[in-house]
Formats: sequence, C-alpha cells, structure tokens
Amino acid sequence: MTINLVEYLIVAMVLFLLGTLGILLNRKNIIIMLMSIELILLAVNANFIIFSVYLNDLIGEIFSLFILTVAAAESAIGLAILVAYYRIKGTIAVKYINLIKG
Amino acid sequence: MYILIIFLPLMAAMTAGLLGRFLGKKGTQLLTTLLISICAILSLLAFYEVGLCASPCYITLMTWIDSELLYGAWGFMFDSLTVTMLVVVTSVSSLVHLYSIGYMSEDPHVPRFMAYLSLFTFFMIILVTADNFIQMFVGWEGVGLSSYLLINFWFTRLQANKAAMKAMIVNRIGDFGLSLAMFTIFLVFKTIDFSTIFAIAPYLAETKFIFFSLEVDKLTLICILLFIGAVGKSAQIGLHTWLPDAMEGPTPVSALIHAATMVTAGVFLIIRCSPIFEYAPNALILVTFMGAITAFFAATTGMVQNDLKRVIAYSTCSQLGYMVFACGISNYSVSMFHLMNHAFFKALLFLSAGSVIHALNDEQDMRRMGGLIKLIPFTYSMMVIGSLSLMGFPFLTGFYSKDVILELTYAKYTIGGSFAHWLGTISAFFTSFYSFRLLFLTFLNNSNSYKTYLNHSHEPSLFMTIPLILLALGSIFIGYITKDMFIGLGTNFWANSLFILPDHIIMLESEFIAYWIKLIPVIFSIIGALSAFILYSLYNYIILSYKLSTFGNKLFSFLSKKWYFDKIYNEFIVQKALDFGYNIGFKNLDRGIIEVIGPYGIVQIIYSLSKRLSNLQSGYVYHYGFIMFIGLTLFITFIGLWNFIPYIFFYKIFFLYLITLFFIYFN
Repeated sequence: MTINLVEYLIVAMVLFLLGTLGILLNRKNIIIMLMSIELILLAVNANFIIFSVYLNDLIGEIFSLFILTVAAAESAIGLAILVAYYRIKGTIAVKYINLIKG
Repeated sequence: MYILIIFLPLMAAMTAGLLGRFLGKKGTQLLTTLLISICAILSLLAFYEVGLCASPCYITLMTWIDSELLYGAWGFMFDSLTVTMLVVVTSVSSLVHLYSIGYMSEDPHVPRFMAYLSLFTFFMIILVTADNFIQMFVGWEGVGLSSYLLINFWFTRLQANKAAMKAMIVNRIGDFGLSLAMFTIFLVFKTIDFSTIFAIAPYLAETKFIFFSLEVDKLTLICILLFIGAVGKSAQIGLHTWLPDAMEGPTPVSALIHAATMVTAGVFLIIRCSPIFEYAPNALILVTFMGAITAFFAATTGMVQNDLKRVIAYSTCSQLGYMVFACGISNYSVSMFHLMNHAFFKALLFLSAGSVIHALNDEQDMRRMGGLIKLIPFTYSMMVIGSLSLMGFPFLTGFYSKDVILELTYAKYTIGGSFAHWLGTISAFFTSFYSFRLLFLTFLNNSNSYKTYLNHSHEPSLFMTIPLILLALGSIFIGYITKDMFIGLGTNFWANSLFILPDHIIMLESEFIAYWIKLIPVIFSIIGALSAFILYSLYNYIILSYKLSTFGNKLFSFLSKKWYFDKIYNEFIVQKALDFGYNIGFKNLDRGIIEVIGPYGIVQIIYSLSKRLSNLQSGYVYHYGFIMFIGLTLFITFIGLWNFIPYIFFYKIFFLYLITLFFIYFN
C-alpha cells in the first residue's frame, strides 16, 4: 500500500508547529503549555506511525505506544506539580512562575 | 692536595655559614682561620711543585655541561700563573681571616662574616684555577656576590646598602662584556676550553667577521669585550665608580677583596688570555690607554680625598691602572709581578688603616686625625713601610715592579707606550704625594681628634698585629726575593701559562734606556713626598690660600668630586634610568597595559559578561523555550552549513575577535 507521504507529513508538521508556537507564544496559562507539549508529542507519534505504514515496519507503531505511555506519565507528573505549586503559591499564572530568575 | 686547596675554603664557608650558630664566635673564627691557613700552606706546596719544579697539573673532576658542541667540565688547571695567584689569594686571605678575629671581635655577626670571607676565598680560587671560561665565570660572579655580601655586611647602614648595590650593578656592566666575550669566543672557536682556544688563536689572527653589520677583526672584538669585563672588575676608568664606595664595608674586606685579590681578577683575566691578546694589537693599544688614564685619574683624585680608606682605594685603582697598561705593552709577567707585590703592600696599608680606625673609635676622616705617631707607633711604622713600598722607594717590594713597568713603557717606542710612560711617571709623583699626605694628616701633624678618643686609642691586639708584621715583611722583601724568578731576563718560570709574541718582547731594550730616564720615577716620588711635607706640614697656609683662590677652588673641587664621574653618571644615566623605570616601566607597563590586559581587565570583562548572562536567566518558561528553539535552529543550520564552518571560524583571526570583544566590553 502506498500513501501520499507529503500530505500526511504536513499534518504532522502543522501539529508540531502548533505545539511549539503554543509554548512560545502562550504567556497566560500553564495548562495550555502542557497541552502544547502533548501536541508536540502527538506530532512525533504521527510521524512515527506515518513512516511505519510507509515503510511497512511495525517497530514505529510499537515506539509510538511507548511514547504514549511516557507522555501520559509526564503529563501526570506535570499536573501533580501544578497542583502542588498551586497549593503553595495560590496561582499558576505563567508570568508569576519565575523563581529561578538569575 | 690540589683538590683540597679548592675545597677547604668551601668547607670552611659552609661550616661557618650553616653551623655557625652551634660553633659560636670562637669556633667559627678558629675553624675558618685554620682551614684557610692550611689552604695557604698547601698553596705554597703547589707553588713549589708547579712553579719551581715546573710540573703543571691538570685535573678534570666531572662533566658539567655537555650538549654536543658546548662542553664544559669542572676542570682545574694549575700552571705557574694559577699557583702564583693562589699563593697571593690564600696567604692574604688567611692573614685577613686572622686579622678579622681581632678587628671584628665586638661584632655580633662574626660567624656570618667569617663564612662570607671563606666563601669569597673559595670563589676566588675557582676563578684562578678554572680551565675553561664558564667555570671561570662561576668564580667571577661568585666573587662579585661575595663582594656584595661583604660590602653590605653592616646591612643596617644606608650607605653600605647603596655602595653594595652600586658595586653589584656596575660590575654587572663589566660582566655583560665578559659574557659577550664568552659568546663570541664560542662562536669563533666553538669551544670554551682555555687550552684549545689558546692553541687555535694564532690561526684566527686577522680574520674578520660581521658583528652588528660591521666587519670587525674576530680576536680584536673578543679582546675588547674581555677587556670590558676586566674594566668592570678591576675598576678601570669608566666603571671605577664602585671601588671607592665599596670602602663602606669592614676594613678587612677592603684589604682582601678591594685591594689584594678580587679587583685584580680583571688583570688576571687579561694575563690569562694573553695568547689571544697578543694577536689583537689594536685591543692592546686600547688596554694601554685605558690603564694609563686610570692610573693618572685615580692618583690625582686620591690626592684630595679626606676619607682615610678612600685615599687607599684610589691608590688601588691607580695601581690597577699600572698593571693594566703593563699588560697593554705585552709585559704580562711584569703585570703579574706588580699584582703580587701590590697585594702585599696594599693589604698592609688597608690593615694598618683598619688599625688606625680601630684606635680612633671608628673615625675615618683624616681631617679629624693627627698626632697618632706618639700613640700607636707600631701601626705608624707599618703604614710607613706600606707607603714607601707603594711609592716605589728603592729596594722595597713596590720598587721592583713599578720601576720596571715604567722602564718598559719607555722602551716601547709607540704613542701608547710613551703616553703610558709619562702618565705613569706623573702618577708616581702623585702616589708619593698622597701617601705622605696620608701619613702627615694621620700620624705626624698636630692632632684634631677628640680627647676622649685619643685617651682610649691603643695598639691593636695580637691577632691584628701578626698579619701586619707578616705583610710588612712581604712588603719589604718579596719583590727583592722573587724579582729574578718572575721577571728576570730569560726566566722560564712562566712556561706556557703566559704568551708574548716575540715581536713584543722589550725586556732587553728596557735595559738599554738612558740612566736618567730610569731615575725619573724615583726622583718624582721623592719630590712628591717632599712637596707633601712642605704643603701639609711646614706651610699649611699655602694649600689653604690655594683652595680659596678661584682657579684653585675649581681645580680642587674637580679633583675632590672625582672628575665629576659620579655626577655625570647620576644625572645622565642613573636618573634617566630611574625615570624610565618609573614612568614607562611602572606607570605605563606594569600599572598600565599589563594591568588592563591582565588582572584588572579580565575581571572587568568577566563581571560584565556574567551580568549580561544572568540577565538572560529571566525565569520565564517561554524564554527558555525560545532559547531552546533558537539553539535548535542554529544547530540545524550548523549541520547544514558544516562544510563552510572553517571559513567562518578561521583560527588566525580569533585574535582580532578577542580584541574587538575586549574593546566592546571594556568600554
């Protein structure tokens, strides 16, 4: 089965750019940042799957399963940190999170 | 035995210097004097074996420097010249050690003093026994160091500090000439070994090479550079200024180092290098002129000095001039003979002066002395013997060498020879004048001293008396006894240690010069003594009124200020060097460029850079994200442009980047 690689890759790239810009441009909400990271990971996953289908190689899909697992764990940790941070500081607005300012 | 001669003084110096604390005053005095005396006795034995039995001795101890072409060994050469110097050095040194026991008895630092004296003797022996230039240079610098340490022995006195530094620095100029001479010798001969150099020298006569883009004669250049070394060490005119100032040291030091031994090292160098000098006639002319001018200059200056020791110091300088111009007219054996005689009578003069200073409670100014003949007649008689010997009174030691030198210069029918002869003869007049002036002012005139001093004045102790007696015997008899051996016609005492080109031998001619010419120096000496008697004893007011007249005043201050040498050096060299050191060296370089490029500038740059870097750490997540993004982009760009990177980061222009960065940040 042959697919039109470029069209699928454009989707993945758009997802990746959305995620990147979401991190860079978003200055308000940290949860949106987490979501953007998820989006980047999603784009990476999409790439893996596209090429796995294109190359007829199952390893890519297995790898994307691993990434899904890691992404889930990562967002769980991220949310947990956020909750703890909110309890201490009372806010999770991005512009106030600059404790490591030099 | 030969090795022992060299190492006994070193053992004495090491023991006295390092263990002096445990040996104590008496212990170090006994030990050093004993060891140096044994050394003197061994030197006499060596003199018998090498000099009288004519069996030179060469010892190579071990390799020191071995880098293929340049080979220097710790080698010792005992030929006639060396053993003669050895006898002079060790005998005077042992007598001075003995004298120091009495002279320095009140000093708290006796072990240090004795250690320095022995160390000096060791280095002097290294100097005279060396068989190559490098080892000789070790001794040369070593005696300079010991001289510095001993002049500065009373280190709390500012004058002593200044004099010691002056001696060191002025000697450094001469040493620079000597090291240049050594480099040139190595360049020309490819060796620094004496015997090889002297054997090859004839074949290199009148060959030329390029030096500072000038075509110069190889041997002439070498000899002139060697002579600069000798000028520094032997206090010839130009670099003589350190010698009178060196009198700030203790008197035994003046006797040993600045009269008998170290200052003659320069003359010894010329005599040792006679096989080179003989093939460099132009250098010999220079040597003659410099020596003659020194003899004259120092004698005129010595006439008006008021410090007892300074008079004798200028007398030393003048006698060194005699020795040097005797070398200049190729009569090395006569020069060596005068060196030996001078060592005895000048050591005697200095030690007697020390005795006078001791008697008058450390008073050195002759204007505040007088009348001492009644109080210390023994010292007076020693001083008279020394002075008579110095001025060449017939049949005393000085007579035999000094008159021969003057006769030989007359028999050398060149401009240089006549110049040296007449200046030397006039200097003989001045010599007897200042010797007798010293005697009159110190001993014979009415006293100007304080009553308390005179009440306590006393003859020196036994330790100081014995050296004086022995040196006095030497000053009377040595010349008569050894004349035929050293400078007799056709003597073979010197064997291969000296070399005189057959053309230059004028020993025979000097026997045939007119009788009245031979008498002139003696007559001049007697006239000098008489005029000193008239001016300083009978008619004191003549010299006073002369000093007060306009011309007399100018002449007097010209002589008394040492021909303004020190003034000129201070104003035109020392002051300029100090200004340069402060303004350029210190203010512009040390505290300027080096400080800005170095510590101060680097601190500034790192501070401002780190400030900018810390501004980068805003703490906002999206900033870090942005930086990561940029970094990633750059990384990808780099990989894409990998082949062009060498052109961007061309290492040779890094320096320019750095300078640009420096100026950007520092401003």
